[in-house]
Amino acid sequence: MTAVTEGQTHPAKEGSAPDQQTVFDAAVAADERIEPRDWMPDAYRASLVRQIAQHAHSEIIGMQPEANWITRAPSLRRKAILMAKVQDEAGHGLYLYSAAETLGTSREELLDKLHAGRQKYSSIFNYPTLTWADVGAIGWLVDGAAITNQVPICRCSYGPYARAMVRICKEESFHQRQGFESLLALSQGTPEQHAMAQDAVNRWWWPSLMMFGPPDDESSHSAQSMQWKIKRHSNDELRQRFVDIAVPQAKALGLTLPDPDLRWNEERGHHDFGAIDWAEFWDVLKGNGPCNDQRITQRRRAHEEGAWVRDAAAAYASKHRKTKGEAA
Amino acid sequence: MTATSVARTAALALGDDALVLSHRLGEWAGHAPVLEEEVALANIALDLLGQARILLSLVGDEDELAYLREERAFRNLQLVEQPNGDFAHTIARQLFFSTYQHLLYGRLAAGDGEFAPLAAKAVKETEYHRDHAEQWTLRLGDGTEESHARMQRAVDTLWRFTGEPFQPVEGLAEAPLVEEEWLASVTTVLERATLTVPEGPRTGAWAAGAGRQGLHTEPFGRMIAEMQHLHRSHPGATW
Amino acid sequence: MTGTDQNHDWPLWEVFVRSRRGLSHTHAGSLHAPDAEMALRNARDLYTRRSEGVSIWVVPSAEITASSPDEKDSFFEPSGDKPYRHPTFYAIPDGVKHL
Repeated sequence: MTAVTEGQTHPAKEGSAPDQQTVFDAAVAADERIEPRDWMPDAYRASLVRQIAQHAHSEIIGMQPEANWITRAPSLRRKAILMAKVQDEAGHGLYLYSAAETLGTSREELLDKLHAGRQKYSSIFNYPTLTWADVGAIGWLVDGAAITNQVPICRCSYGPYARAMVRICKEESFHQRQGFESLLALSQGTPEQHAMAQDAVNRWWWPSLMMFGPPDDESSHSAQSMQWKIKRHSNDELRQRFVDIAVPQAKALGLTLPDPDLRWNEERGHHDFGAIDWAEFWDVLKGNGPCNDQRITQRRRAHEEGAWVRDAAAAYASKHRKTKGEAA
Repeated sequence: MTATSVARTAALALGDDALVLSHRLGEWAGHAPVLEEEVALANIALDLLGQARILLSLVGDEDELAYLREERAFRNLQLVEQPNGDFAHTIARQLFFSTYQHLLYGRLAAGDGEFAPLAAKAVKETEYHRDHAEQWTLRLGDGTEESHARMQRAVDTLWRFTGEPFQPVEGLAEAPLVEEEWLASVTTVLERATLTVPEGPRTGAWAAGAGRQGLHTEPFGRMIAEMQHLHRSHPGATW
Repeated sequence: MTGTDQNHDWPLWEVFVRSRRGLSHTHAGSLHAPDAEMALRNARDLYTRRSEGVSIWVVPSAEITASSPDEKDSFFEPSGDKPYRHPTFYAIPDGVKHL
């Protein structure tokens, strides 16, 4: 992930654009990686920035619903796990903003767009964490869905994004497990704990299925992203994969999934599941979810209240700018 | 491994310090001034929580101690329970406490007491915590006019809690011995940061004592109410 | 006390981590920091929190000079037709050892 972008260096030579396009198309077709200083179509760059930014924003907004329970975690072991997980999310946001910077877009610019509501984050984080079991349900279902989405991005055609995802997937492997383990403890605990776990799964199941995005025939960016190999599988394909993985896991947890139409389809070799309430999805996306305002307000406030700190460090650096070598 | 009764008092004091400060730092999650600092503050909080778990386990069950004791039974310093305030307050609290912890664990690690093995690990962690606090004290103190004013205010506000760490505690004869070094170290950092070392008293006027005697400041009660609520709502449950 | 060229945006730094002794530093990623001291510390917190490193370099991103993809042919292709630089180019009779 280097910040050196093509914009700063060699503009495309006159008359060479068609060649560049051919070279780019051939590289993508051959499953080669596109690197920051390579020529790339403007639309490819814009599409990547949009997707990486949304992904980065989701990581940092996604800290909030879980951080909501750090101060109330019911055991010191769970507290340590939760703090480490929320910390990872900040780290993953950083990796992703770095990947976006290689495309010539600064983090500041992306954060401004997030704060102004001009860039999105995953809608799932607009739902509240009402009980401790929600932390487990997020780990199991939300991180499970995220991992299903993310693993294929490790092979994305854009090098820095793919590399960031490799790192993220590696680190996230504990996130889903801890969620499952935490839910299992609740499910096998007291009747109150079991009820808490079931209630959380009931509330998080459908929003988790929505995380894969609208159905393929309504998804505006999908086809082009697949062609560019930014995306490797369709929304519906990944959603199906996730349902098939989750059903036996729910059984192992001793919890049910809130879908009366959920059943194994021998013919398809997959689970059939009920209709998703897309009206709710679009409504939450538009800003009418239970926590949209709260999430953005907290994010904006942290940024604004931190301005004097960032200014102070910048001022100190410019006063003391005598670079000292500190090689290893 | 459980500690002798003298060491239990000390383990509880040091363990509660780490537990409570870790909790306060955990409150920053999602609110830090810059993403890099989210990661840094969480690292420190996790180090402290790790220390707390080891120390409390010397005394008994870590969760029973953390979640089922009443406010008056906690033995942490009043310094660490102070609310986060702005980033300057958090940094001042970090500077004062991590300098103390670093010097104390340095002494304990060099000795042959019960805490020596734990201290040997903790001294490395606290060295980093102290460095983090020093770097930020310099930048806030010697940054902008606003940051200088905020940092000075934070140092002044918390100064009255900086005498308690050096009061004698049973099983912790080393604590009073590091006060001089602490004052020298903190003074150096504050002066480099163009800040004024406060002249006011470093302990409160209340003769009954402070945190080490189980006498806390009002915000602490609300802090542990939040911390303990869920655990206490489900007696006997495992998590 | 106000800084001369005050800037909200902290510059970008590239981070190189030596994962263990005996290996060279490799590029781990980038981050923002106001100066070199903080860049090192931020790098430690971000890129080595799972014991991934024993040593870190940070370099201001703006200080890196990179070869250009446009020069790929002139930079890298000429080395492609010099197989005599590789040991497999040379035929050695069977039975000759330690060569």
